Amino acid sequence: MSDAILKQIEKVVQDNDVVLFMKGTPEFPQCGFSQRVSGILAEHGVPFVAVNVLLDDAVRQGIKDFSDWPTIPQLYVKGEFVGGCDIVSEMQASGELSELLAPLKN
Amino acid sequence: MTPSPEEVSQLLRQGIPDAKVHVRLYSGDDHFEVEVISAAFAGKSRVVQHQMVYAALGDHMRQAIHALALKTGIPKE
Repeated sequence: MSDAILKQIEKVVQDNDVVLFMKGTPEFPQCGFSQRVSGILAEHGVPFVAVNVLLDDAVRQGIKDFSDWPTIPQLYVKGEFVGGCDIVSEMQASGELSELLAPLKN
Repeated sequence: MTPSPEEVSQLLRQGIPDAKVHVRLYSGDDHFEVEVISAAFAGKSRVVQHQMVYAALGDHMRQAIHALALKTGIPKE
């Protein structure tokens, strides 16, 4: 695993308030779990950067090492790893996600 | 080789002592739904709880298991 990729990932995560690493794009998600999380973010009306990991195998592998998390999608808010599809769905149901994202709306 | 639901349960019980584990397949033979209840999760964030489960599954998680819908919890008093 090259450090360059991890540094690149870190930069994206630090430079943007909300980042979603996903398979496909919000318009054309290519996995049901990625689709669910990007749909939830869209519902909150918060701007987010979507990184399509399918475009670069190094990023697809690198993001798993970055947070010691074996699956995609992965959501980052304010530089912190929030979770994958299950955690984001739970936080959506409990209202925690609204609280987390409220200050970041346009 | 994809582990069976029984093997997944066994790995989780080995990796997380005292865990109450419920495993079922929800699609094909490599899409698992897993619930793990353990006192070991107390005081830990959801991310850390899920990382503990993934660690217990080791390489299976990176290779054979295609999807794992995961719910973790702490036993009620």
